[in-house]
Amino acid sequence: MEIRFTDEELQKIESLKTRYLKPDSVILEVLYLIQEKYGFISYEGIKYASKILDISEEHVYGIVSFYSMFNTKPIGKYHLQVCTNVSCMLRGAYELLHKLEDELKIKAGETTPDGLFTISEVECLGSCGTAPVIQINKDYLENLNEDKLMHVLNDLKKAYGN
Amino acid sequence: MEIKLLLKDIPDYHRIDVYKAHGGYEIIRKALQMKPDDIIEEVKKSNLRGRGGAGFPTGLKWSFMPKDNSIPKFLCINGDESEPGSFKDRQIFEFNPHQLIEGILISAYAIGAQTCYIYIRGEYFRWIELMQKALDDAYAHGYVGEKFKETFGVDFYTNIYIHRGAGAYICGEESALMNSIEGKRGYPRVKPPFPAQNGLWGYPTTINNVETIANIPIIIEKGGDWFRNIGEPKHPGTLLFGVSGHVNKPGVYELPTGTLLTDIIYKYAGGIPGNKKIKCVIPGGTSVPPIRGDQIEGLKMDAESLKEVGSAIGTGGIIVMDEDTDLVKVLARITKFYWHESCGQCTPCREGTGWMLKILNRILHGKGTSKDLDLLIDVANNIEGHTICALGDAAAWPVKYMIERFRDEFEQRVEREIVIDIPNKVHSLRRTKIPLTPLKISSN
Repeated sequence: MEIRFTDEELQKIESLKTRYLKPDSVILEVLYLIQEKYGFISYEGIKYASKILDISEEHVYGIVSFYSMFNTKPIGKYHLQVCTNVSCMLRGAYELLHKLEDELKIKAGETTPDGLFTISEVECLGSCGTAPVIQINKDYLENLNEDKLMHVLNDLKKAYGN
Repeated sequence: MEIKLLLKDIPDYHRIDVYKAHGGYEIIRKALQMKPDDIIEEVKKSNLRGRGGAGFPTGLKWSFMPKDNSIPKFLCINGDESEPGSFKDRQIFEFNPHQLIEGILISAYAIGAQTCYIYIRGEYFRWIELMQKALDDAYAHGYVGEKFKETFGVDFYTNIYIHRGAGAYICGEESALMNSIEGKRGYPRVKPPFPAQNGLWGYPTTINNVETIANIPIIIEKGGDWFRNIGEPKHPGTLLFGVSGHVNKPGVYELPTGTLLTDIIYKYAGGIPGNKKIKCVIPGGTSVPPIRGDQIEGLKMDAESLKEVGSAIGTGGIIVMDEDTDLVKVLARITKFYWHESCGQCTPCREGTGWMLKILNRILHGKGTSKDLDLLIDVANNIEGHTICALGDAAAWPVKYMIERFRDEFEQRVEREIVIDIPNKVHSLRRTKIPLTPLKISSN
């Protein structure tokens, strides 16, 4: 897959560079943009980021693998990120995770064959007061219970025509 | 006494017009009439201590910054907020962003920083949007950026930018945060040199927590003496206590320091579901030593009081666990977090957290022995203090103190193991498992 930014996107990156003393600082934003456009960061994505920022591929790969929000493999349309850290765990996060795994017939870290859902077990999302919480793409689903989760899951499936 | 400094009961306070109607962006005017050094003195007088976990006096931190304004100087606002149990900074992004921005302006003026970065964890997409909106409004009104000069008629201005992270707990550590802004992996740096001498790109930098900076306008408006009289004198002000776990009404409660922990749990957070007893409380995010349920009576929530019972205030994220909680499971989960988040620079932390996790999982699956408990403490002791940053300590403390304070609980989950010395040298190292009860020795 060819990775390319539009002129507008390149311009945005250029303007972000002016915020910092050195241009390397925008690397996270470049990687975010690649992930947003192409769903994940492939080797081509790493090469592209390396090219436009003039940073070595190794360094870019080091960054991609360091930060947990970057995916190096394709993920589902809906990324279900279940927080299982202490506060959520005390309020039933693992039960929710297992329910999800049973319902979608995949394990945490896997994607459904139709490419609709990926389940991940993640660390604290900073939403302990409204635990348990699942982050679906950019949004937090808070104060969850099994019924609420199944309801949302069905809505998402319907929205996609399944 | 109800006192709200950060989360005020004013509807729509996050909007710039409402904030202005309540005297917003007037305190910066007052601050600009003071000399930068006087502002630092006022903050010193207030005894304000950092809200990010370490509790370092803010005024003192600022005074480390060199006075030379001809070199670039930076201010970083730490909103990485990834400590399990804390969810307070996002309340400020959501409900009171302009007080934070005004606080940044005053702080930047005091230390002479021309550029400020608000570092927000990447998962907070929606809160980054809210903060960006507030920041755009402040720019549009001429409170931030070059227009600042015109608006306030001074020869100083500062730019504020949001820098978002991408999912790494360690970036909440101040030097890792700077590396992350520089576009590197979030590896903590060896200190010294400290950020005030050698920070972002080698220039003087100060890093403060979001909640700390949001307190600054209050201190300048009402004075350091006024602020010092709220709560405990050695750790004054209000704290955003985030209560989670087994309570009826989890959430963030702004209360003066020195509030009784029992009041927070029973009066504000509504007590324990099913009226159960409390087994364990983590008073300030998972990295502080946990305390026993029978230790909490009369315990005040401030840095000094918690130090006395062998814990710490941390970020004020209180996790409550009722009598039915499986502490082995809790400790294994906490350790898994630190194992996952260890950046891998220092061997004791990188390897040690993994070892501790393996041992805890062994105990969790009923295969541990009593020697494992001592082994865990031994590993924890060898991590603590032997790493570049405090993540090693943060990983070691819960293990060490949880086992120390709940030894009985852990003993019940492991088999007792006795080493019997056998005279035969060849076999002397052999360990023999002896079941707990049937060990009977006849009288002859």
